[in-house]
Amino acid sequence: MKILVCVTSVPDTTTKITFTDNNTKLNKAGVTFITGPYDDYALARAVELKEKTGASVTVLNVGEADAEPVIRKCLAIGADDAIRVNAEPTDAYFVAEQIAAIAKETTYDLILMGRESIDYNGGQVHGIVGEMLGIPSISPVMVLDLDGDTAQITREIEGGKEELAAKLPLVLGCQEPIAEWKIPNMRGIMTARTKPLNVVEPVGTDKLTTVASYELPAPRGAVKMIKAEEAETLIQLLHTEAKVI
Amino acid sequence: MSVLIFAELDEGKLKKSSQEAIFYGAKVADMLGTSATAIVAGAADDSELATAGRYGATKVLHASDSKLNEPNGMAYATVVAAAAQQEGSKVIVLAKSSLADAMTARLAGKLKAGLAANVIELPDLSNGFRVKSSIYTGKAFAYNDLKADVKIVAIRKNTVTPEETEATAPVEKFAPALNDGDFAISVKSTEKSSGDILLPEADLVVSAGRGLKGPENWGPVEDLAKALHAATACSKPVSDLDWRPHSEHVGQTGLKISPNLYIACGISGAIQHLAGVNSSKVIVVINKDPDAPFFKSADYGIVGDVFDVLPRLTKAVQAL
Repeated sequence: MKILVCVTSVPDTTTKITFTDNNTKLNKAGVTFITGPYDDYALARAVELKEKTGASVTVLNVGEADAEPVIRKCLAIGADDAIRVNAEPTDAYFVAEQIAAIAKETTYDLILMGRESIDYNGGQVHGIVGEMLGIPSISPVMVLDLDGDTAQITREIEGGKEELAAKLPLVLGCQEPIAEWKIPNMRGIMTARTKPLNVVEPVGTDKLTTVASYELPAPRGAVKMIKAEEAETLIQLLHTEAKVI
Repeated sequence: MSVLIFAELDEGKLKKSSQEAIFYGAKVADMLGTSATAIVAGAADDSELATAGRYGATKVLHASDSKLNEPNGMAYATVVAAAAQQEGSKVIVLAKSSLADAMTARLAGKLKAGLAANVIELPDLSNGFRVKSSIYTGKAFAYNDLKADVKIVAIRKNTVTPEETEATAPVEKFAPALNDGDFAISVKSTEKSSGDILLPEADLVVSAGRGLKGPENWGPVEDLAKALHAATACSKPVSDLDWRPHSEHVGQTGLKISPNLYIACGISGAIQHLAGVNSSKVIVVINKDPDAPFFKSADYGIVGDVFDVLPRLTKAVQAL
């Protein structure tokens, strides 16, 4: 069985976001880049399935050379090899096009990724890849078990969950608690250095969506504190001043 | 060339977020000098569907094939793509949701569409088609230029406040060809809380964290939520500890919500939690620690014991 895990390189979740060049570029100065937290779940489940079934796990990143530390960390966690599509990951369609092109060259039984990247939060890439490959896509996946060539899946829905079954191959957008996050150990870090990381050039040049500029939210006004012994005042303020109840 | 709006049903009723999508779509149609058509899939009465007219739709296409009664992102994408083709629609509008996300992605793949998710304003058409969206989990905004022939706009809750009219929309049956592949995923069971207000749809949310000390202490949170007709939510540690279901977890790796009112009880306000709720219109923080970082992001704050404060708030709501 072959598993492809698509990962993003994104600013650490605690990063204070700022922009440069007249608000047209992310200010990367001092920013630590990490694997997308949802992608970490996808990778962790892929490595578990590898340990259980002997599957091979390939990591794929659409990104520039500065994403390689994130890719090496994925190799240290247990992926067998990696592919980097040498391109700036702009819109979801472009990224999906790159993933689909790789998946058309090699048949993967499972294509796993996070439910969304934590930079653009679109949550679209898995579905577009599924459509491009003509195979089912499911997200957000909380449980993934394999029963022969059938995947047993639990998907989160609004206010609950859904139990699903579908034949492989599949594209899945993952989230917790699909697996325990894995931290690379020293042996993994050492072996990651010798694992293949192939750099390929992108296909297609369509940019269906581009970002003209960025903006930061306006700061909230000062907090209005209410004494605990006068807590009822809050309800009056929410009713008459904020007018939200 | 009408603007097409995917309107989602919940047990045969148009979802509130779909009413917002219809209103938004009708506004875009006005801006483009065209009409607004809603496309609905699944079982619903014509009288219910006709209410799409109240929010600005001038026509409703109803795909009522019984195979569509079970929400299905892949099949719904086939339906919406066929509707877009019939109507010659170059702009498709919908409200973000679990189902809509699954549908939109497949649709974008089918139509080679440019799409923007988490859109929070009407488009700027002065120089192409530009929409403002929330990115970095609410920590920033992007102005996106949608350059493809077909444009998909997925709006976030509370992007518009629908103004209702008395108008009704004519309902037409719509029966596109469905593919076997659209039904390749079989649903074995669905578990959904009934009677509660769905968190992603809620205007008011009462949320609690580890400060509640245990799942047995959620009574005062639920009482206040009930009095306010609010949904309940929780922080990540609480869902990790299984005190509350994962579907209630709001934050960076949980649901991102934008209600009119978010009341955080016993939540310190880590940046990851804030990321999921910082687009709420009004934030109230109740915490016994006066140094809790969440107070810096709140509109109203109470330093106090939630077990003392919450019952008093509930009584005050009941007295309104």
